Amino acid sequence: MELLSTSLVDWSRAQFALTAMYHWLFVPLTPGLGVIQAILETIYVKTGKEEWKKAAKFWMTIFGINFAIGVATGIILEFQFGTNWSNYSYFVGDIFGAPLAIEGIVAFFMEATFISIMFFGWNKVSKGVHLAATWLTITGATLSALWILVANAWMQLPIGMEFNPLTARNEMVDFWAIISSPVAINKFFHAVISGWIQGSLFVIGISAWYILKKREIDFAKKSIRIAAIFGTISTVLIIATGHGSAQQVSYHQPMKLAVMEGLYEGQEGAPLIAMGIVNPKKESYKDDKEGVIMAMRLPKMLSWIAFGDADHYVPGIRNIIEGGYTKPDGTVALSFEEKQKMGQTAQIALSNFKKAEAAKDTAAMAEHKAVLDANYKNFGYGYLTSPEQSIPNVPLVFYSFHLMVILGGAFLLIFIVAMYMEWKDMLSKYNWLLWIFILFIPLGYLAGQLGWIVAEVGRQPWTIQDILPVQAAISGLQTSSVVITFVLFAVLFTGLLIAEIGIMVKQIKKGPKIENQLSETKDSVR
Amino acid sequence: MQTPRWLKNVFTFYRDGFKNMTVGKTLWAIVIIKLFIMFVVLKVFFFPNFLNSKFATDREKAEFVSSELIDRSTVNPSNFDKDN
Repeated sequence: MELLSTSLVDWSRAQFALTAMYHWLFVPLTPGLGVIQAILETIYVKTGKEEWKKAAKFWMTIFGINFAIGVATGIILEFQFGTNWSNYSYFVGDIFGAPLAIEGIVAFFMEATFISIMFFGWNKVSKGVHLAATWLTITGATLSALWILVANAWMQLPIGMEFNPLTARNEMVDFWAIISSPVAINKFFHAVISGWIQGSLFVIGISAWYILKKREIDFAKKSIRIAAIFGTISTVLIIATGHGSAQQVSYHQPMKLAVMEGLYEGQEGAPLIAMGIVNPKKESYKDDKEGVIMAMRLPKMLSWIAFGDADHYVPGIRNIIEGGYTKPDGTVALSFEEKQKMGQTAQIALSNFKKAEAAKDTAAMAEHKAVLDANYKNFGYGYLTSPEQSIPNVPLVFYSFHLMVILGGAFLLIFIVAMYMEWKDMLSKYNWLLWIFILFIPLGYLAGQLGWIVAEVGRQPWTIQDILPVQAAISGLQTSSVVITFVLFAVLFTGLLIAEIGIMVKQIKKGPKIENQLSETKDSVR
Repeated sequence: MQTPRWLKNVFTFYRDGFKNMTVGKTLWAIVIIKLFIMFVVLKVFFFPNFLNSKFATDREKAEFVSSELIDRSTVNPSNFDKDN
C-alpha cells in the first residue's frame, strides 16, 4: 500500500481542527462562569443578602445556556477517531479509552446528578445543600476536562504503556504514570484556568454593557468586583502554568519550543522574542537567514523560562534535526537520520515479528520483539521521508504563541483596571473603557484558540509524539467523504453557535431582574 | 404497595422543575435535536467505525492495523519513490 494522498491527510486534519476549535468555543465558559456563580452564591449563603442571590441566579442561567448548547459537542471528535483516524484509534485504544471512559462514568454522572439540584433546587432544598450542589456541579464539569486532557497529554508525552505487536496496540502498563504525567497535570490546570479567565472576561464584559445601558448598576458592579478579583488571580496562576508548559515542552517537545520562538540556531543564554516577524525569505532550516526579523528580544529569558537557568543551551530547529547537542537528561541528541533509521528498524522488526508469528516461530518472535522495543521510541520517524516533515508550521505557531502571550498580559491589565475602577466607583464615568471590557469577551476566546493551536499544530506531524505521524494514523477513506463531513460539521456547529449567541443575547437583554427561568418553580418557598 | 415518600419527593422535584422551565424548554429542544443529528444522522450515515465495518474480530483488526503500520513505512520502496 502506498502513502495516502496529501489532500486526505490535510482534510482529515482540517476536519478535526474545525470540530476541536468549535468545541473549545463552547467549553471554556463552563468552568469559568461556573466558579464565579458559585462564589456569588457562597457570598449569598454567608451574608443572606438577596442581591447576591440574584446575581448568582442570573449567571447560572447563562451558564445553563452555554452548558446545554455545548454538551456532547466533544463526542463528534470521538466519532472521527473511529472513522477518520482508525489506525490511531486502534493503536492507542487501551490508553485513550480508559480516561475517556472514566470521564463518562464519573464526571458526567456527577454533573448530571447535581446539576438538576442546582437548577431546580432553589427554594426546594436548603441553602447549604443547594450551594454544595452548585460547587459539586462545577467540580464535575472541571473533572470532565481532567480526563480528556490526560488523554491529550499522553499524546504529547506517551508514557505508561508498552506496544504489543500481537494486538498492534499500545497497552497500558502504568495507569498512575499516565494520570500523574507532569504534562497532564500542567495541561489540566492551564486549560481550566484559561476557562476561568474566559468566564471573568465574559462577566466583566456583559456587566459593562449593563452599566453602559444604565441598567442593573448594582448587580453589574458586584459582578465586576468578583470577576475582576477572580480574573486577576487566574491570570497570575496561568502565568505560572504557562511557565510550567514551557518547561515541559523544552524537555519533551524541543521542536515545538523552537518553532514557538522561530529559533533555528540554538544558543546558550537564548533570548525570548517579545515581538517579531517570521522571515518570509527563510527557505530552509539549513540556510543562514534569520528565522525572525525585526525582533524585540529579552536577553536570556528563553533559557531561563525553559530550563530555570539563564545560560542554559536551547536547541534550534536546525540543531534538533542535526542532533549532537547534549540534552537536559545528559544524553546526546540523535539526528533526524538516526531517528529515522531507528523508526525503520522498528517497523522492519514489526514486519518480521508478524512473519514469525505466522510461522509460529516463538524464538524469532522474541528476537524481533526485542529489536522493536529497543527502537520503538522513534517508531514514527520511519514514516517521514525528509527532515522538513518533522518541522511544524513555523509562522502559525510563532504568531499564535506570541499573540496569546500578549493577550494574557492585556487580560491582567484589564482585570486590574476593572478592579480599581470598581473599587473607586468610577466605572460609569468612562464609556470607552466599558466598550473595551466588552471587546475583551471575544479576545478571551481568541486567546484560548491560539493556545490550542500552539499545543496541537506545534506538535505536528505527530498524533503521538515520535510514535505515530498523521499520515500513518488516518484511515484510507475517499477524500470527498471527508470533505462532505467537514461541511456538515461546519453547518451544525455554526448553527449551534448562532443558537447559543441568540439565546444568550435574549436572556442578557432581559437582565437579572427576571428570575432564573431555567429553575424557578411556581411553588411557594418551603 | 405504597410508593416510598422519598421517591415521591424526587419525582415531584423533577416534575416541577421540568414543568416550570421556560428557557430550559428551548434548550432541551436544542439538545434533543442536536443529539438526534449527532447520533442518528451523523454517526449512522457518515461516521461508521472504519474497522468495525470491515472486520468482525479483534484479531482481524489487529492484522489489518499491523499491515497498515508496515505498509505505510518509508522502508517500503514504493513510498520512497512516490515522495522523492
